[in-house]
Amino acid sequence: MQVLNLRPALPAAILAIVFLGLGLADGTGNAHGLGAHRAYAAPVRGYRAGGLQGKIRYCEDCHGPSGQGYRGYLPIPRLAGQTPQYLENELQDFVQGRGEEAHHSINLSEVHHLNPQMQTALASYFNTLNPRPIGGAPRRLVAMGKTIYEAGLPDANVPACSVCHGPSAEGHGPIPRLAGQLYPYTIMELERWDRERNQAGPGTPAVMRRVAHSLSNLQIEAVAAYLSYLE
Amino acid sequence: MKRLKLTLAVVALISGSVPALAGGPRIVYAEKFADRNCGWCHGPSLQGFFKAPRLAGQTSRYLENQLLNFRSHARNDPLAKQYMWGAAANHLSLQMVHGLSVYLSRLYPKPADDGQRALAARGRAIYRGGIPEANIPACVACHGPDAQGAAAQGAGQIPRLGGLSYYYLKRRLEQWGEGYNATASRPMPDIASKLSVNEIDALASYLSFVR
Amino acid sequence: MAIIPRYLRLALPAAVLAIVFATVGRAADADKGTPFSQQQLQAKIQYCSSCHQPSGQGFLGATPIPRLAGQQPQYIKNQLHAFIDRRRVNFYMFKVAHSLNPAMLTAIADHFHALNPPPLGGGPPNLVDAGKKIFEDGVPDAKIPPCSTCHGPEAKGKGPFPRLAGQLYPYIVKTLTNFEKERGQGGPQNPDTSAIMKPIAHGLTESQIKAVAAYLSTLG
Repeated sequence: MQVLNLRPALPAAILAIVFLGLGLADGTGNAHGLGAHRAYAAPVRGYRAGGLQGKIRYCEDCHGPSGQGYRGYLPIPRLAGQTPQYLENELQDFVQGRGEEAHHSINLSEVHHLNPQMQTALASYFNTLNPRPIGGAPRRLVAMGKTIYEAGLPDANVPACSVCHGPSAEGHGPIPRLAGQLYPYTIMELERWDRERNQAGPGTPAVMRRVAHSLSNLQIEAVAAYLSYLE
Repeated sequence: MKRLKLTLAVVALISGSVPALAGGPRIVYAEKFADRNCGWCHGPSLQGFFKAPRLAGQTSRYLENQLLNFRSHARNDPLAKQYMWGAAANHLSLQMVHGLSVYLSRLYPKPADDGQRALAARGRAIYRGGIPEANIPACVACHGPDAQGAAAQGAGQIPRLGGLSYYYLKRRLEQWGEGYNATASRPMPDIASKLSVNEIDALASYLSFVR
Repeated sequence: MAIIPRYLRLALPAAVLAIVFATVGRAADADKGTPFSQQQLQAKIQYCSSCHQPSGQGFLGATPIPRLAGQQPQYIKNQLHAFIDRRRVNFYMFKVAHSLNPAMLTAIADHFHALNPPPLGGGPPNLVDAGKKIFEDGVPDAKIPPCSTCHGPEAKGKGPFPRLAGQLYPYIVKTLTNFEKERGQGGPQNPDTSAIMKPIAHGLTESQIKAVAAYLSTLG
């Protein structure tokens, strides 16, 4: 534990005064008071509201460029290539206050500002995107995940994911695409299914709850790893 | 007797340095380095001083990225240019960058508590809910419910904001709107440039109090 | 009757059936297999329901999953055996069928046979009339008999002939279109009764298949 060393105090004091002065001037040659309205020219403002384009950028701020997903404080899922029907259903759930616990705790009131036409437009737009998956999952789990994804675990009564989600995890109608989804996100969903999807709308099939409960953590990680690399 | 004293002195010296050696020479060196070179501006115990931000307790990946951004000049705001470009480019090896970042991330951070109290509630609302009609996302989504940032593997470049100085945060948010630091820290340039002066003041105030 | 433990209640009749079938030598394989508990049976039924739905209604997944509700038990059992023997080819069902305890087959088949939800629907309504005609009159020019002769006037099936009423439109289309690729794969040494459908499936045109599928998908 370092005791406060007084030796550099004088140079520090000088620096502090210098700094203070510079801070007031901020190196741009302009002066402004602390906390007061600035006197310099108005800075370049990002476009605050702008119809569909504005909303798209807004979604992408968190969901990543081209909707590829983003590892924020919580993993924020990939939207790119998602089935439009699934996206719309999810937005509907959020608007009506149901759905993922993560969204609740984040208090995402923004979806309340989406009218149905905007929801449809956003869903269609993100469906068309196709960036490469972020990847990053442990490679050694992929083979195991592939087997589980394609064939399920018949002896454990776990159906094959591919029957509903598609042979390439591309999704189908209201059944979401899983290909390229973020590894930590898929894990989070499956491990916390009840809390994440407890109040989800009628679109969420009961089978998923059983599947989530029947898979061990390792199996979940394996499937998630496999899916995270699919294009 | 003299020999005994000598022996005891040597033993004391060695045993005194064992803890330091056990901590790893890199960390010890980083501590000395930081105190001697960074404390001038970043304050005693690197808790920050005015517009030089607190480094203590910052996510290590973020610190690394910033040091590299100073080297590459991706971070080009005036204070960075004046004070950090030289330091990062000339005095820090890549190994040092890593060691320093790790060391700093382990220090105990103290909140600055220097924002405007009256604005904190509004700042909290913006932090947690964003401003939907203006397409400003909720900061909490990436920076976490306690503004702790994200230090997970694969993330890690999202800084802790809790307890940073109001003056520092305010300038940082304004700078993106002014066109500085445009290539670093996606999506911050896009988000921060949409914030109004009052919103920035509120956010910066709120965050300065967050533990 | 003396109090019988739950785990014996099904095993006992199953064992009796097994003996009966083995001695009588029915065409369908004997229900061999190990005794099982109600819990295991329910778990397996739930497993089937994961895809075929708890109502047995079928499901439009990435691949159409057929309706099992109201299906003829004998047909269900035959198909499950066909999957195991690879007389009928299906990647998923092979593994599923293999994981089944043969002693359970009757119970599973009976369970689904008893279900009676409305049809899932969704087929093109404009084709229904044409489909009805084919179902009831066949296509004499192509030497295709009326479907109703074997499948029943209400398409509910009988014995080994499957129920078609309420079956999913895309499933019927897929089945008739791909009949030879999926069924009767056992070769001459392992004949499959569904081979009877081959010339019929072959003889129907694409639009006729769609019409009859549309009609059947509406039947309750």
